[in-house]
Amino acid sequence: MGCGMERRDIGQMEIGLGHYLTVAAILFVIGMFGIFLNRKNVIVILMSVELILLAVNINFIAFSSHLGDLAGQIFGLLILTVAAAEAAIGLAILVAFYRNRGSIAVETINMMKG
Amino acid sequence: MILESFFFYLFAAIMLGSALMVIGSRNPVHSVLFLILAFFNAAGLFVLLGAEFLAMLLIVVYVGAVAVLFLFIVMMLDVNFVELRSGFLQYMPIGLVIGVVLLVELLVALGGWMLNPDIVAHVGEPIPDLAQLSNIEAIGALLYTKYVFYFLTAALILFVAMIGAIILTLHHRTDIKRQNVNRQVARTVENSIEIVDVESGKGI
Repeated sequence: MGCGMERRDIGQMEIGLGHYLTVAAILFVIGMFGIFLNRKNVIVILMSVELILLAVNINFIAFSSHLGDLAGQIFGLLILTVAAAEAAIGLAILVAFYRNRGSIAVETINMMKG
Repeated sequence: MILESFFFYLFAAIMLGSALMVIGSRNPVHSVLFLILAFFNAAGLFVLLGAEFLAMLLIVVYVGAVAVLFLFIVMMLDVNFVELRSGFLQYMPIGLVIGVVLLVELLVALGGWMLNPDIVAHVGEPIPDLAQLSNIEAIGALLYTKYVFYFLTAALILFVAMIGAIILTLHHRTDIKRQNVNRQVARTVENSIEIVDVESGKGI
């Protein structure tokens, strides 16, 4: 669970960069696991993608706070924008698909199959 | 420091637990509600990291817009979610194997990683002292000057996404009568009234 900074001040059990990176890594893996687990349900897959983006955001903010660099927070802001746009487009495609097929099961998305 | 540790572990534990519930719960409505809880706790972590503006943004944007959008879609689509869950256990082993491998790799990478001590000298935008400039002021001073092109690009992305979402979901129905204002205005006496000479005793 340690990283460079944490090893330096190991005496005082302070919450360092490594803690946040570990939490973000676990969140990322949970998101990946969610994609595997709910292979048929597009809505939960989209939610898993949101979790993955949140994990990336936590990494950016943790580094920004740790290094004292504000650019990380700016990029966190941009990731937030892209995540919101992605969710809106994904759900719009889902609604259009449901209107055409009456189902959102991933296996039925094979109209383009030759 | 004790309090910070306590809140870090509290927020992190609730966030990871609710993230697990997002992917594991039987009902997608519950999934969305747990997603909201996860976002709230992530906002708590952001506050602990000193990024107050992003924490508030996370609540406003994610909880107020994205998660509610998810909730709306889940409730709008009349889908049999129980059927969609079949094969849940079938994909569990392979997902667990890949997840554990990925997690171990990430943790090994985190464990054997050192921050270059020189990096402090290369900080691009140092965070100003909180006593002089609050977090939101500092972000604004940077976002509207040096990063203004990124800001405009983000605005453009949101604009395109909005147009795309509207076009994708716009549903033009052909089975109803609509008012066509152009045709109504273009109508004149000449092309709407026809004078017919009718002989007496006969129809038209």
